[in-house]
Amino acid sequence: MAVIADTPPRPRRFRVGARALPYLLSLPALLVCIGILIPFGTAIWYSLQRYRLSQPWARRMNWGQNYVDFLSDPAFWNTLQVSMVYAATAVVVQLVLGLSIALLLQRRTRLNNVISIMLLLPLMTAPVLASLMWTLMTNANFGVLSWAAGQIGFEDMRWASSPRTALFTVLLVDIWVYTPFMVILLLAGLRSLPSQPFEAAALDGAPRLFVFWRITLPMLTPYILTASLFRLLDAIQQFDIIYGMTQGGPGNTLMVFQVEAYLNFFQQTNVGRSAALMMILWAITYALSAVFIKQWLRLRERARGEV
Amino acid sequence: MSRREQDLVDAWLRGRLDRRGLIKGLGALGVSAAGANALVGMATTRAMAADFDWRAHAGTSLRLLLNQHPYTDAMIANLGAFRELTGMDVTFDVFPEDVYFDRVTAALASGSREYDVFMTGAYMTWTYGPAGWITDLNEWINDPAKTAPAYAWDDVLPGLRASTAWNGVPGGELGSPDAKQWCIPWGYELNNVSYNRGMFDRAGVAVPTNMDEMVEAAAKLNRDIDGAYGVGVRGSRSWATIHPGFLSAYANFGQRDLNVSADGKLSAAMNTPESKAFHAQWVRMIQESGPRDWSNYTWYQVGQDLGAGASAMIFDADILGYFMNGEGNAMAGQLGYAPFAANPAASAPTPNVWIWSLAMSNFSQRKDAAWWFLQWASGAEHGLFGATEMDFVNPVRQSVWADEGFRSRLENSYPGYVNQHDVSAPGAQIYFTAQPLFFDLTTEWAATLQRMVANEVPVDEGLDQLAASVDRQLRDADLG
Repeated sequence: MAVIADTPPRPRRFRVGARALPYLLSLPALLVCIGILIPFGTAIWYSLQRYRLSQPWARRMNWGQNYVDFLSDPAFWNTLQVSMVYAATAVVVQLVLGLSIALLLQRRTRLNNVISIMLLLPLMTAPVLASLMWTLMTNANFGVLSWAAGQIGFEDMRWASSPRTALFTVLLVDIWVYTPFMVILLLAGLRSLPSQPFEAAALDGAPRLFVFWRITLPMLTPYILTASLFRLLDAIQQFDIIYGMTQGGPGNTLMVFQVEAYLNFFQQTNVGRSAALMMILWAITYALSAVFIKQWLRLRERARGEV
Repeated sequence: MSRREQDLVDAWLRGRLDRRGLIKGLGALGVSAAGANALVGMATTRAMAADFDWRAHAGTSLRLLLNQHPYTDAMIANLGAFRELTGMDVTFDVFPEDVYFDRVTAALASGSREYDVFMTGAYMTWTYGPAGWITDLNEWINDPAKTAPAYAWDDVLPGLRASTAWNGVPGGELGSPDAKQWCIPWGYELNNVSYNRGMFDRAGVAVPTNMDEMVEAAAKLNRDIDGAYGVGVRGSRSWATIHPGFLSAYANFGQRDLNVSADGKLSAAMNTPESKAFHAQWVRMIQESGPRDWSNYTWYQVGQDLGAGASAMIFDADILGYFMNGEGNAMAGQLGYAPFAANPAASAPTPNVWIWSLAMSNFSQRKDAAWWFLQWASGAEHGLFGATEMDFVNPVRQSVWADEGFRSRLENSYPGYVNQHDVSAPGAQIYFTAQPLFFDLTTEWAATLQRMVANEVPVDEGLDQLAASVDRQLRDADLG
């Protein structure tokens, strides 16, 4: 006679040891890291090779010769210079403009709220579309900006097609697209600042300029650093606007890292040089990030009174 | 099909009647245009199937990678005929030209088996061929068991057959006996003058026949015609700036891009005194009479300006002038065409050609079936359909160019077009030196041209710098 248990079996529970749990929880992050590290490692590997898709017979390890060649390559130094000038100018101008606009919009009024939302519109435009719009607006035959320039005496303004004004033109587009990004971050920072220091300054009758330089700006610095870091990293890797408007020309006027690496890979199929360029861009980006983050941490510690 | 309709179709199949005449005759018998086209399709299919097993791969499905282009439109419009003839299915991805070649490079470099056939230009095969990404099509062309007797490979213009064949040796002659046929010419462009007849009449300017006359005519048109500049040529920082009008004129003066020594070493050839003189003239023409934002000009802007009446003439692909004369353009019906030999001492034009071609992926799992498609798509029947029913110009086959219906259609709507083609076709070929650094060197050439036009560097100095850089790159790549 079979004996039937009168209590149902307990569901088996999967138990994870306390020591294994942290590893299990970090598994998704590890997988993401692997997804990043494999292409990164591949790029390093390629950058150490003489590797042209059009000359497969000549592929071999050259152990850093691509990097050594950069030292004597004027095109590389031009790329470095153009990238730096472009990124620095874009960030500085956008910071000044962004801060000015954020200060104007600081008070929560209905008009300011509407303007804040409208300012987001350029940011919602894909940069490559923005470059197309600006290319049309600066067209010598029918562009509205060319017409406007003609009205104020610049009849022969050639915008992105002249080496003298190409940098100015692409910066204009960059500023148009990304200044709202600065505005949003700085506005959020301004509105989150504690009100007590400002109230105290008002009671003391401190002039506005004094309040700005001695209270607003120091308290806003972590936000400024964060916004500048994001923009700098983005600007030094600029591709869409420059490629869309000039393909890096005229001549080599706007040959920044990303455009140079893209042309090296997709047009010239020079995988080794392209990968080496991208590794150098990564190193610059890493170094800049490290400097910014160090400064940001120092400011945070100062704010907590730890320094 | 009635007896009289059958007779008409048979006459067309025997070549005694052109396609236009056939459709007109069928119309006279009360057959509608759509019905006539269907009859022609059926008859073509029957005739083609008579001496070759077109259905050997029935049931196979092919996938194509295509560029957005009127050639593609013509092929897609006729795909039903291919499906009916072979029992094969065809699917395709079409991308705009801005991103097309990136897609091709990505697909081939990754060894993807997704695509069997793709569109390409001959220059690209100088990368794809040595990389092992595409197949030498001689294997199929020369195999009578796999190629229809009516395919007539020799019917394709000789300069185009040669231009798409290379032995893979840097500096090797195109079309040499040991050359591999990397792709099949499909449609092509040669570079001549397309001009606005009204503007030339108003300015009292004759159509230029050489470089001196072009510089002079462009300057006068620039002065005399309000709202339009003299001459449109490409100027973007791309190899595509060098290959059309610029190289066609350059080659006409007997100049080369590279020298090939007896031991096969390559060296720059663009800083000779003759080359410098030509460059100086070209630069002056752009500065005096070209578009103001020339350095951003691709084929698109060059064509658009001519079609919109913003330029008086272009020295670029003849088919660009052809399309700008069509409906939807402000200057539709007002354009003319002329052959152009830049060198006054030259006996004929030497247009450097761009050849849209079809290549077979080396990673295809259905190569025989892909060849069945290739020979249909590049065959005379489809060529004639495209040329007469669609905008498949310029056809690559001599038999299509000989078709009276096609010629008279061009003569009526595109004055001078047939003549400029016939005069130029014998000299139409690729004048670049085939070598793996083609895109590196020609892009740098375009960038140097931009600097010259912007007066950033004098012509002589710019060309010496370019030649030094080219030589260095060739040495680095073990080619010089």
